[in-house]
Amino acid sequence: MNNILNHIGIENYIFLSVILFCIGVFGVLYRRNAIIVFMSIEIMLNAVNLLFVAFSTYHQDAQGQVFVFFSMAVAAAEVAVGLAILVSIFRNLGSITIDNLKNLKG
Amino acid sequence: MNTNLALLLLLAPFLGFLLNILFGSRLGKTLSGIIGTMAVAVSFAVTFYFFGAIAAIPEGIHISLFEWIQISNFKVDFGFQLDQLSVLWLLFVTGIGSLIHLYSINYMYDDENMHKYFAYLNLFVFFMITLVIGSNLLVMFIGWEGVGLCSYLLIGFWHKNQEFNDAAKKAFIMNRIGDLGLLIGIFILGMLFSTLDFATLKTAISGATDLNMYWLSVAAFALFIGACGKSAQIPLYTWLPDAMAGPTPVSALIHAATMVTAGIFMITRLNFLFDLTPDVQNIIAIVGAVTALVAATIGLVQNDIKKVLAYSTVSQLGLMFLALGLGAYEVAVFHVITHAFFKACLFLGSGSVIHALHGEQDMRNMGGLKKAMPITFATMLIASLAISGVPLFSGFFSKDEILLVAFHHNIPLWVVASIASIMTAFYMFRLMFLTFFKEFRGTAEQKHHLHESSPLITIPLIVLAFLATIGGLISLPGNSWLNEYLTPILPKLATAEHHLGTTEYILMAIAVIGGLVGIGIAYAKYIKQNAVPSEDAAITGFSKVLYNKYYVDEFYDAIFVKPINFLSRFFRDTVESGLSALVFGFGKLTNEISYQGKKVQNGSIGLYLFAFVLGLCAIVSYLFLAQ
Repeated sequence: MNNILNHIGIENYIFLSVILFCIGVFGVLYRRNAIIVFMSIEIMLNAVNLLFVAFSTYHQDAQGQVFVFFSMAVAAAEVAVGLAILVSIFRNLGSITIDNLKNLKG
Repeated sequence: MNTNLALLLLLAPFLGFLLNILFGSRLGKTLSGIIGTMAVAVSFAVTFYFFGAIAAIPEGIHISLFEWIQISNFKVDFGFQLDQLSVLWLLFVTGIGSLIHLYSINYMYDDENMHKYFAYLNLFVFFMITLVIGSNLLVMFIGWEGVGLCSYLLIGFWHKNQEFNDAAKKAFIMNRIGDLGLLIGIFILGMLFSTLDFATLKTAISGATDLNMYWLSVAAFALFIGACGKSAQIPLYTWLPDAMAGPTPVSALIHAATMVTAGIFMITRLNFLFDLTPDVQNIIAIVGAVTALVAATIGLVQNDIKKVLAYSTVSQLGLMFLALGLGAYEVAVFHVITHAFFKACLFLGSGSVIHALHGEQDMRNMGGLKKAMPITFATMLIASLAISGVPLFSGFFSKDEILLVAFHHNIPLWVVASIASIMTAFYMFRLMFLTFFKEFRGTAEQKHHLHESSPLITIPLIVLAFLATIGGLISLPGNSWLNEYLTPILPKLATAEHHLGTTEYILMAIAVIGGLVGIGIAYAKYIKQNAVPSEDAAITGFSKVLYNKYYVDEFYDAIFVKPINFLSRFFRDTVESGLSALVFGFGKLTNEISYQGKKVQNGSIGLYLFAFVLGLCAIVSYLFLAQ
């Protein structure tokens, strides 16, 4: 077996991925700026993508990498839509602090 | 032809009811009264036609209008049966009914709701006719319920007086208890024979060999309870004296002459059933005799002129039941007829007195009315002589036959009935002496206005007094037109022997002497000694018990009314409020939870996200732990 996992063990990828995911989660929970919340979500997404790729290599199976391509494409579309929403929120409210977004109240 | 005439007979009073109830207030009082009277008079005329017609048709006229109910082999037609018994009943129902309608035109003229009164009275006659001519138990039951309803409406006719309303309710409820019995009886007969038609039942019961005697007896007993309710026998008699709250002509028509005889009619109609159940017959005879005695004793001390007559009615009905129980249906029918004449006359006479005294009913405030009201006095005297069993008046013949039958079957019952008869003579003449003799005891104002009633009132009185005098001729001992007439209904009459021996004459003499003794005691006490019944507070001893009607009302009140009231209050205050608290509690709880839960949904994205993450963590840790 001649791949990168021989030099850096799979557990390191898992730790990195978990750390990235947690950073994303705390970012979502603690930051009030909608763009940063958004970025945090992307970090969480990418943490998962990293894990996918790592396990794909580990198992010598290309399926995981193919899936990551899909995930990245969807994430790109989501970002486009999300940012567009944020822009229009900013135009309406003059701020993108999520504390001000009370219109979702049922 | 017969169908149309039967419908005319039935629907004429109903038309009168409709006209009076719908347009009565616009017709004016006189016209309203004339319509009401004519409606019943038409029925009376048609009845006469049928009376002639059925002489040629011993099996009676059977009319089936349409098939009413059919469930597999159980079939009920809506049909009428005009035979000897029903036509006889119709004759006095519509005949006396017409007279009482006529009387009411004057008696009720001062009442603002006179048209309503006539409407109810017509409706009553309509239902009574239905009851009498129904060809099966179910059609009879319609009439049975209908007369109960009309009785309720008319007892509570002066509905502004709460006591009268209570009396009406009491009558209705007491009747309902009896009606339940009647219904159960009808159901059992329907179950046993798959038919309710009188003619078919008669064939089924007379012809069958393997009858279920147990159920047959239960059915007969249940029917007897129904009769008890309608005909005011112990233990369901207490409504009848209270029913005197209604206008006096109503008491005369419904609560003396017609409706209360429905029970006797029903038992006579089903004589083939009761003949097979001797146990039930014994009960009927005993209940009848005891009722006759108890009611007579209460009648001895009552001071309300109508109450005396009411208890006298209960007592006389008891005698009729005694005759029924002894299987002497024709004698009971005979007494029904003579009683209808003299009791209607007595009630209408008392109405005339009450009318003259502007509503005074207490005999302690009457007296000396003989001179002011000669016609009323004369007619009431004749009726009193008749009810007391003085020879040659109608009551003598009918009552004597009852006593005769009782003597032949059961001496103790004869003794009881004889004592009741003596008491009857006493309290009737007590009534006469207190009302018409001696000095007037009312106010000077009343004395000034004393007058004989108008011809509309006195003519019915005279007619009834005449009938009360000669009514006995229809069934003379040994030569009875009535018995011959009723033979198709009561087949055993054909073979019965009519002989008058020494025993019969002695019994007759005893009855007459008893009646005269009763009158004599009343004379001695109220004419010679000039006694006037004491004030309510001064009544003591046993007469206080009698005056308070043996406290039966209080007894029923304590045994049935109070516990039921207590139970309903318990259910209302405890059970129902507990249940509703539970139901409301659920509502409040749901409301509170959702009110609190609503606060979470405050639109704060941060909170939503937090909850989202928390939820995710929970799910993930659950999945891990589950493994």
